[in-house]
Amino acid sequence: MKEGLRQSMAWVHTWSGLLVCWLLLLVFMGGTAAYYKHEITFWMKPELHKAADAPSRVSPAESATLAVRELQQRAPKANAWFLDLPHERNPLIYASWTNPPKKGMTREERRAAFRTQNFTLDPMTGEKTAAPRDTRGGEFLYRLHFDLYYMSAIWGRWIVGIASMFMLVAIVSGVITHKRIFKDFFTFRPKKGQRSWLDAHNATAVLALPFHLMITYTGIVTLMFMYMPAPTKALYGSEQNTMFSEVFPNAERVKPAKELAPLADVAPMLLQAERAWGAAPSRVVVTNPNDANARIELHRPAGQQLSNIEPTMTFDGATGVQLSGPKPMSTSLDARAAIYGLHVAHFADPLLRALFFVCGLAGTAMVATGALLWGVKERQKYAKAIANGGKVGFGVRLVDALNIGAIAGLPIAFAAYFWANRLLPVEMAGRSNAEANWFFIAWGLAALLAQIRPTRAMWRIQLTVGAAMLAGIPVLNAFTTDTHLGVTLFGGPGLRPVAAFDLVVLALGLLLGWAAWWLGRKARKQAAAKQPTSTQTTPLEAT
Amino acid sequence: MTTLTWRYRGGVAARTLAAIGGGYVLTSIASALIAIALPLPRADAVSIATLLSFVVYTCIILWVFATSSALRAWIGVVASSAVLGAVLWLTGRMA
Repeated sequence: MKEGLRQSMAWVHTWSGLLVCWLLLLVFMGGTAAYYKHEITFWMKPELHKAADAPSRVSPAESATLAVRELQQRAPKANAWFLDLPHERNPLIYASWTNPPKKGMTREERRAAFRTQNFTLDPMTGEKTAAPRDTRGGEFLYRLHFDLYYMSAIWGRWIVGIASMFMLVAIVSGVITHKRIFKDFFTFRPKKGQRSWLDAHNATAVLALPFHLMITYTGIVTLMFMYMPAPTKALYGSEQNTMFSEVFPNAERVKPAKELAPLADVAPMLLQAERAWGAAPSRVVVTNPNDANARIELHRPAGQQLSNIEPTMTFDGATGVQLSGPKPMSTSLDARAAIYGLHVAHFADPLLRALFFVCGLAGTAMVATGALLWGVKERQKYAKAIANGGKVGFGVRLVDALNIGAIAGLPIAFAAYFWANRLLPVEMAGRSNAEANWFFIAWGLAALLAQIRPTRAMWRIQLTVGAAMLAGIPVLNAFTTDTHLGVTLFGGPGLRPVAAFDLVVLALGLLLGWAAWWLGRKARKQAAAKQPTSTQTTPLEAT
Repeated sequence: MTTLTWRYRGGVAARTLAAIGGGYVLTSIASALIAIALPLPRADAVSIATLLSFVVYTCIILWVFATSSALRAWIGVVASSAVLGAVLWLTGRMA
């Protein structure tokens, strides 16, 4: 590290990147999928597809009235009601509620109870839809990308936070060490071994560099008060909750008065909000329904601002009078919310969302090519030993195996999750957990096989399996549901997400298939070239 | 394959510790000071200082690896932590 800034930064870039790259692959893939978590959830509940086929005919105000009527029968004494009304990314009326927690209930039990306290209405008829299968849908992938799994969320968040900090350091040091950042963007020298991997790494990194830097930094910002509590301690001492209520003004809660009061009609409130915003509210939250202290909160649909804290309108649920909502946020608080909002991208219209998704894939490719590059470079040090029939060092073998398990293994895990969604019995107990377990069974198996035999053949096998499983999803869909591509491509706009999901996994499967084919062709070529001079061994080939 | 000396390995370990551990302590002190110094309502000051802290942390980590020796890195991190820590203590708002 005495050689100068560029060399020392290259060292930092290599090691801060390598140490966390496999975890980052999981985070990047999960996060990229999470841009479409609503669509994935919808795809994973085929029971709802039929109701979404026809466009909504009831107005948002009527939708809310219908849902409230049903909630009055099913959960009149709930703590809070949540309504999601039909809009661009949501074809149906979703309603759920939370009950006052019973004594001695664990967090897990409360969550499990919450998952059963909901219903879906068909906006065409106002009737309840068929009960969907028990699945976490896209929410699982979203949670996975910062909470991990099989551990408490706090642990997962610290691990992902530390990995993100490594990533941030890797990105900045990568930029410093990079002499010709603009020129390299236009440089690609294919079929030249290490050179090509370096070019591919540069291209995927530089192409979407603003995105990578933004998504890493904003990702840390989403949980910044947990990762860096010192400023809060300095200004608030131990009153952390005071800070939260000042920085997040929307989180205010009103206690119930324990006094019965009939709930005011919500329809005029929705119309008033629609007039004020030029768009109907997409979400309604009723706290303490049928209580004198009932509050009705209307949320503006996302899409008009960067900040993830959407403007709300609050009404007194007993009198129906509009209350002054939270005071408008100061510039710096708004800036924090906008930085947070950039990460979750709720504002994005379909085209921008697709661009974010592609950038996320580019990020995945950047991490993957970087990890591969380390192995290719390191292996050259063993070129002589390999030529003499020796073996590569432990480090190279380990990295190779981890690369296969993550780069080729993770797509298998994602595909297994979707296959489990279609193949597990619909009435199975603990179904949503079983789906998640299949993600890890598939991934664990792939990672284990990779450790046993980290060879080129293993790369090809796993890439082929991943390709077949992803590209096979539309076929599987045709056999297990009534909403396969033949139906969804010609159906109503509500079915577009289902068609898009099938097409995207098909495309990703073809991409993996191409990678497997390319590896196979290369191996055959090398075998053919080796015939005349059989002593020559390229460093890349032997494992 | 070149073998690495124990001196080199020790240097890397020392820098890593200075970057991750020392850097976090220094960042905590620095961002607490920024929060106190900003002439804004405290919710705004806390938000800005916390947002900046990750930029500060990144710069410290990179400096620790860029400077000429592990010893210098440690001296830099400890000395600035001590000075800023003393200022923070004088403001009387040490956590």
